Amino acid sequence: MFDFSIVTDWINNLLGGFMPSWLVTVIECIGIGIGLLLVYALLALFYIYYERKLCAAFQCRLGPNRVGPLGLLQSFADMFKILIKELISLEKTDKFLFALAPYLVIIASMLAFAVLPWGKGLQIIDFNIGIFFLIAVSSIGVLGILLAGWSSNNKFTLIGAMRSGAQMVSYELSIGLSVLTMVAFAGTMSITGIVEAQNNLWFIFSGHIPAIIAFVIYMIAGTAETNRGPFDLPEAESELTAGYHTEYSGIHFGFFYLAEYLNLFIVSGVASLLFFGGWMPFHVPGWDGFNHVMDYIPGVVWFIGKAFALSFIIIWFKWTFPRLRIDQLLSLEWKYLLPINLVNLVLMVLVIVSGFHF
Amino acid sequence: MANLQEKISLLFPTVKIEEADTLTLTLEPAQLHEVCQKLRDDSELAFDYLETIVGMDWTESLGCVYILNSTVHGHTVSIKTSTTDRENPYIPSVADLWAVAVTFEREVYDFFGIIFVGNPDMRRLFLNIDWKGYPLRKDYDDDPSLNPCSIENERQSDDTYVYTQGEDGQVIRNEKPIFAPDDFVVNIGPQHPATHGVLRFRTALDGETIKKIDVYMGYIHRGVEKLCENLTYFQTLHYMDRLDYFSAHNYHHGLCMCIEKAAGIEVPERAQYIRVIMDELSRIASHCLFIGTFCMDLGATTMLFYTLRVREQILDIMDKTCGARMTFNYDCIGGVLADLDKDFVKDVKDLLAVLPANIKEYNKIFTGNVIAKNRMTGVGVLSREDAISYGCTGPTGRASGWACDVRKTHPYSLYASMKDTLKWDEVVMDEGDSMARFKVRIAEMEQSARIIEQLIDNIPAGDYCAKVPKVLKLPKGSWWTVVEGCRGLFGVYIESDGGVNPYRLKLATPCLPLAAAVDHMTSGQKIADLITIGGSLDYIVPDMDR
Repeated sequence: MFDFSIVTDWINNLLGGFMPSWLVTVIECIGIGIGLLLVYALLALFYIYYERKLCAAFQCRLGPNRVGPLGLLQSFADMFKILIKELISLEKTDKFLFALAPYLVIIASMLAFAVLPWGKGLQIIDFNIGIFFLIAVSSIGVLGILLAGWSSNNKFTLIGAMRSGAQMVSYELSIGLSVLTMVAFAGTMSITGIVEAQNNLWFIFSGHIPAIIAFVIYMIAGTAETNRGPFDLPEAESELTAGYHTEYSGIHFGFFYLAEYLNLFIVSGVASLLFFGGWMPFHVPGWDGFNHVMDYIPGVVWFIGKAFALSFIIIWFKWTFPRLRIDQLLSLEWKYLLPINLVNLVLMVLVIVSGFHF
Repeated sequence: MANLQEKISLLFPTVKIEEADTLTLTLEPAQLHEVCQKLRDDSELAFDYLETIVGMDWTESLGCVYILNSTVHGHTVSIKTSTTDRENPYIPSVADLWAVAVTFEREVYDFFGIIFVGNPDMRRLFLNIDWKGYPLRKDYDDDPSLNPCSIENERQSDDTYVYTQGEDGQVIRNEKPIFAPDDFVVNIGPQHPATHGVLRFRTALDGETIKKIDVYMGYIHRGVEKLCENLTYFQTLHYMDRLDYFSAHNYHHGLCMCIEKAAGIEVPERAQYIRVIMDELSRIASHCLFIGTFCMDLGATTMLFYTLRVREQILDIMDKTCGARMTFNYDCIGGVLADLDKDFVKDVKDLLAVLPANIKEYNKIFTGNVIAKNRMTGVGVLSREDAISYGCTGPTGRASGWACDVRKTHPYSLYASMKDTLKWDEVVMDEGDSMARFKVRIAEMEQSARIIEQLIDNIPAGDYCAKVPKVLKLPKGSWWTVVEGCRGLFGVYIESDGGVNPYRLKLATPCLPLAAAVDHMTSGQKIADLITIGGSLDYIVPDMDR
């Protein structure tokens, strides 16, 4: 596998050759920031296109096909439109919080972006509690949603925000526990460590039953975390018109919109990291020739491909299932997912202790 | 009818009974409540279903015609009552006998200014609260300057009125607030994705739980009944497309039948076949759309496209024959306007061929889904008694175990003449919840297809329209006809003074009682259930507002 740290180290050394180290850090931060923003925006635009095409296929339609070849430029056009739209300022809102909310949401998903392993050595920060950091920063998002609902001074947004508060706080438990199950299996919280541990076989195979249970729970809870159907209660279109972002317009609305798609990518990215080896190619122990061929496919392709495939499943859910009701949603979490998760954690520990895994 | 007349005259020797189109009792307002109570409670009469209340202005007096039906015996009776006082016309309320009367009486109050003493909610129903005059009175002043088109916000009131009769016979007006002072009231509608049109629910919430709903109607009230009074009978037909636009054929059928009955016109058999096939096609199309929009309300967006596929096919068939996709205006007095398209039989057979596979697909995607089951089962239960009391007919009533299909209870057209040869079942379920309402509609699509299957090959040759005079005058009298629309019983009441236009044309539409029952069905449920219940009732707002 090509190690991207060779490139990054080379840049670092090159800059360090004629600059003081603080300037090197500043320049690198700016460079990474710009790169991150660029990837972030492009990925969100692609995701919008991806979902629209997929949902069109489910619904016997064609989807966007006019702007650019195969409609590829449609989401660029949409984003341009959203950028030039007026930001309507409402009279009775809490102006500061109202403006702050979308940034909180987008900052949360950008921070979570920082630890995703795109390829070997290709991640922004790699530290020993990477996955813990990811869970911590992704819960900032709920704050933005609550603020948006509260500051809009609208009854619908308030109900949407309350729902989202209840939903996201509950489902964070499930995410945390299923991640914890896998961390226990990997024996490390470092993202690189988790990926390296899957060198021989992806966790979903080597961890067998407990890993599969953790994966299913993670996907359910992840869908709920991103507020997507069938768990899209905070913005339940047919009940609350648009839930917490009813009053937003222009790019502020665009931020919520982008963050939703990026969160979708992050959830599937983390799933691919924990269960499908992140950027690690598909390896089968003993099949050296096969493994060698797989290594020729770059890690970035593996990672993005896995994330897109998992996103496909989440999008599929959304366009097929009806929405749950708030009490059903919470009882699903507290009465079913959480106990199963706890038992699963014990099961995983037993598997590790007894060495009954591949 | 003679038998019934005997029984009633035995019970009420003082009441004047005449045998017209329906058996008609004429009585004083003071007797009304007592007579109604006996009619309802007597086991041999058992008039437990109030079909409609027709407000009337006979110029020398104001009054009402109550049309009652017995779900046990199937007989119909109408009660006329009137008061000569035009300033303060008081009639006792029957809201305690039939729950739907609350809404019907509000409608009469709105149009005629008749005050129902004892009605718990005596507000206007459709018009603005500061509308001047009562539009269906014959002496109504329709000068636009009296009721100018307002550019101000609509004035609202949080209070309603209850009129009670004191011991000295004096009627007192009491103010009553609709909501408690500390209720958290959310406006769901009039612009809301799930109200299926401009309907507004003022919803008092306790967290996510609904405490009370005040249904606010009238945003697309067009005064169809008033308009019809100035039109010839031929012209009135055009409005039938614009009530429940999904059962346009059925409504046309109903009004045509009522006029034909009054004028004594025989409809050729070919026209009857065409009418019935069109009715059933409308029913399939309407239920298809119901499934689609209902699933969309529950969050399963994709289903809409699957159901619209079938509906498009039906609309194409209609388009070829009627020349329109929504406002068909196809049935006319004496038959239908034009003959069938040459491809009609083939197209309908194509439709029947694909329909079973589609219904199977709907069931596979949605009915068996565990989330869908959780959302629908046990939600918005309407008991059989309540369904009758609230007058919720159609699939809603049948889902509650009330066999109320007019095609079986009061057969008309081919349903009557082919009663023994035409094989189809009335779908009745007992659960009364949203799931049952959903399943009834799916099963009804199959039954409609079954009816069409038996008819499509046997459409007789001949005229498609009878000879009808160019100027049609109905004799003096009144007529009441019911047909089965896609959402329930559609009744037409015509009172004629012998002229070319109706003296009074009352359209008793199924959606008004459905909307009236929403508060009863939703209290104590979650907001999301309001959407489920509203969706499963499948009301059409232009149909309730008229």
